[in-house]
Amino acid sequence: MPTHRATTTRSRPTEPAHRADVRRRSFLGLLVAAPVLVTAAEIGRQTIFDSVPDASAVALPSAPQPAEVYDLLDVIRDSARPTANLITVKVNKDGTVSFALPRSDNGQGIITSTQMIIAEEMNLDPDQVVVTLADARPELVFNQLTGGSSTTFSTYTPIRVAAALAQGRLLGAAANELDQDISVLTSRQGLITGPNGKSLPFGELTAKAAAPITEAANVVLKDREKFTVIGKNRTKSDALAMVTGKKKFTTDLKIPDALPTVICRAPDLNGFPRSVGNLGAIRAMPGVTDVVKVGNGVAVRAKTYGQCIDAVNAVEATWAAGTVSGEDDESVLRKLRRGELPLAVPKGVGKTLESDTVFYFRSNSSLETNCAIADVRANSATIWGPAKSPIAAQNEIAKKLGIPQNAVTFHVMEGGGSFGRKLFFDAALEAAEVSKAMGKPVKLMWTRSDDSRQGRVHPMATTRIRANVAGDAVASFEIRHTSVATETNPGLSEAITATAQKAPGGNLTVSESIWETTQVTPYNFGVSTRFLSEVDMRFNTSSMRNIYSPDVATARELMVDRIAAQMGKDPYEFRSEFTKLERWKKVVDRAAQEGDWGKSMADGTAQGIGMHVEYKGVACAVVELDCRPETVNREIRQARTGPRVTKVTYVVDVGLVINPRGVRAQMMGGINDALAMTLTSSLHLTDGHFVEASWDNYFYTRQWNTPPEMNIIVVDDSDAPEPGGVGEFGVAATCGAIACAYVRATGKTPTYFPLDHKDPLPFTPYPTSPPVPPSPVNGLETTF
Amino acid sequence: MPNHSFKLNGETVDVEVEDDVRLLWVIRDLLGVTGPKYGCGINVCKACTSHINGKAFNPCSVPVGAIKPTDEVTTIEGLADTAPGGDLHPMQQAWIDNDVAQCGYCQPGQIMAAVAKVRQCQAEGREVDDAAIEELRNICRCGTYNRIREAIKAGAEKM
Ligand code: FES
Ligand code: FES
Repeated sequence: MPTHRATTTRSRPTEPAHRADVRRRSFLGLLVAAPVLVTAAEIGRQTIFDSVPDASAVALPSAPQPAEVYDLLDVIRDSARPTANLITVKVNKDGTVSFALPRSDNGQGIITSTQMIIAEEMNLDPDQVVVTLADARPELVFNQLTGGSSTTFSTYTPIRVAAALAQGRLLGAAANELDQDISVLTSRQGLITGPNGKSLPFGELTAKAAAPITEAANVVLKDREKFTVIGKNRTKSDALAMVTGKKKFTTDLKIPDALPTVICRAPDLNGFPRSVGNLGAIRAMPGVTDVVKVGNGVAVRAKTYGQCIDAVNAVEATWAAGTVSGEDDESVLRKLRRGELPLAVPKGVGKTLESDTVFYFRSNSSLETNCAIADVRANSATIWGPAKSPIAAQNEIAKKLGIPQNAVTFHVMEGGGSFGRKLFFDAALEAAEVSKAMGKPVKLMWTRSDDSRQGRVHPMATTRIRANVAGDAVASFEIRHTSVATETNPGLSEAITATAQKAPGGNLTVSESIWETTQVTPYNFGVSTRFLSEVDMRFNTSSMRNIYSPDVATARELMVDRIAAQMGKDPYEFRSEFTKLERWKKVVDRAAQEGDWGKSMADGTAQGIGMHVEYKGVACAVVELDCRPETVNREIRQARTGPRVTKVTYVVDVGLVINPRGVRAQMMGGINDALAMTLTSSLHLTDGHFVEASWDNYFYTRQWNTPPEMNIIVVDDSDAPEPGGVGEFGVAATCGAIACAYVRATGKTPTYFPLDHKDPLPFTPYPTSPPVPPSPVNGLETTF
Repeated sequence: MPNHSFKLNGETVDVEVEDDVRLLWVIRDLLGVTGPKYGCGINVCKACTSHINGKAFNPCSVPVGAIKPTDEVTTIEGLADTAPGGDLHPMQQAWIDNDVAQCGYCQPGQIMAAVAKVRQCQAEGREVDDAAIEELRNICRCGTYNRIREAIKAGAEKM
């Protein structure tokens, strides 16, 4: 069947076009007094357009929801405004340009995109720009925070301002030296050339271009039409290091005397040791150098991690009960139920449709487990570790050690994945505590089983929806999301609460703020309300490629399909007709077209469509799902099979695109996460602990699950003038599409996710004591 | 303490450590070769995948006492030297061409497993297709699977 084209029943507002007025606006930067050229700009101060677009000009059947006009990205960016947060660009004597990025890169590729932004403004090759991760810098307060997919959005303009200023100064210096007018000079790859062919490299000009005194200066940015680097595909700057094993992660560092260290943890979630019976015997084990009881367990330092693990497994301790002692999935669900908020619009206005969906706990463990190196001395401490909020980490570590914050040096390492977990710094805090207790440097690593069982999780939640459908209109659409409380770390909560009152509605708590500034129901659904209630149950939680959106989108898109069916409309045509903005409709239409929506599908297989709006962008997924028995029942050793997503078409408009290849990569990761979240991977809580101890228990997407066909389309002519967020944007729309495809293929509407959560466990759980599954010895039998 | 000698990336190494310590820790913690990563320690995630005498294996699950002096262990650091000419093994080059890595943590293991899988397919006269690639058990928690597929097929062409 050819692609459907829905007729639009009402004219949709387009977003105000800002591009034109952006062009000639000048920005304020700083020239910094230094021996070489150093320029600076303030993060948070520079925006291309006011962050609250004029919503009053937009007449919508549903009033705009806070997140449409002021979303989490604005909150994170604007939280910086009152403080002076300088980022600096430095031109070195060797001709390179350097920049310390006050953000953490855990694979998102923000180092590469930052190189591209600077290269664009200074007409360099991105390789000539050296971007490093900045150590914790307290004066950056809220700005050294990587979360909510905010990095490029917050830093794009300030980095350009500093770079443009540097380019201008270099041109000025060259004009003097060459005795030419500035307007006849060209700057290419770090060489400024005059019409007579004479040229000078940046390295020779930098001292001459340096500012004698620090002063403010105005600068005009390059026209978007002249971009040659931004918007072009670029391979990650560390691609070579990553394929040769040269990229160094925290546990790869060789810090003198920082020996492997592992903590023996309690059987219960968040249990702690009361007493240890055999400290002496543990100390005498091979390779072991130190054993101490600390807050969360018994820490062992040894020559190798293997010897740490053997010692950890030999610890005889009595353990205090954990924070959810005796609890299981169903008892937690009962508590959630008691915290559910009522739906406000009475039933019976037209046809009432209701849904109630449960989302079980999911792990956000990355492949690199929690880790940190700490060298704590009498009055100082040095820490190495991946951290998305190093200032908060520095602060907490100082408090824990009883030393001033500036006595703690935090070296931010590139992390082996994050997915929200590295907003926290659990391992760094522990490493500091252990190093202090042992009086020696330690390289602390969580074992996989700790990371899985004791690490942070995506909270269990319920989403209830009531929609009243009257004829061809949706009169009301209400969402109530009830969740085990999501912890936000000190850095994030300060940043959020500091500006929470800015969001329309004002004065919200941290999680309410995040909820209000991320959740959008992207359809014209009359009275539309969305409320969050959280129930604190002492779980270790954090976001996982987003906090609420994947779950809410799953429930919402399922309901959208039901409403469409109620009206007798096709799911795609319905979305195209009811979505609020023209920019959003374009993406839905494109996805349907590229994904060949409506093509004939075999029995037991189906397409599904889902859309999502967030991070200043819009995404739509069309998936094909195979639920035929021969697929669902495929046998693979130590694996989950089940329904298989055979194809994903993903269209995303994230605003201005810096590196399309990087954006596609982020979407691919998000899509594979969505498969896991809806189909195969969850944690089971039993008797106060999580059952899953490793990757043979926790079924994250594998090669045999991933869609054989994936087509990711990044809109390259977006109306939006600034880059939006991409890090988490592949997940929610895909979750919705998969859920809808499942209903269409099987006729069954799921009441919980992931779909296989209540199936019998395809493994025998590892014991909780000893805490670490022992390494096999038969590895030479599985070679290939 | 027992002494162990074997070939690591073309060089003979000697190390004193108890027999039962798994080779991964000997390589990483004692010999300082950090390409192979820890992701599970129980032969499940495959982040530590390296080669022994040209075949893929997981050193987290092999006691160093089981390694013979004649055994040749190759980690990602030594892979390029096993290919004729050039600076990189064709599979590494394919990885760069397809910009496969995201955080990069799983990728040394992915590449080592991919090379062995292609060799296995070639030896058995099988095509390196999706079915063959789906036999690989390496986890990528960043979800780079689809780029890995492209890269393996491209790398196989040059092997
Ligand atoms: S660490 Fe060796 S297979 Fe996971
Ligand atoms: S690239 Fe991060 S785990 Fe694979």
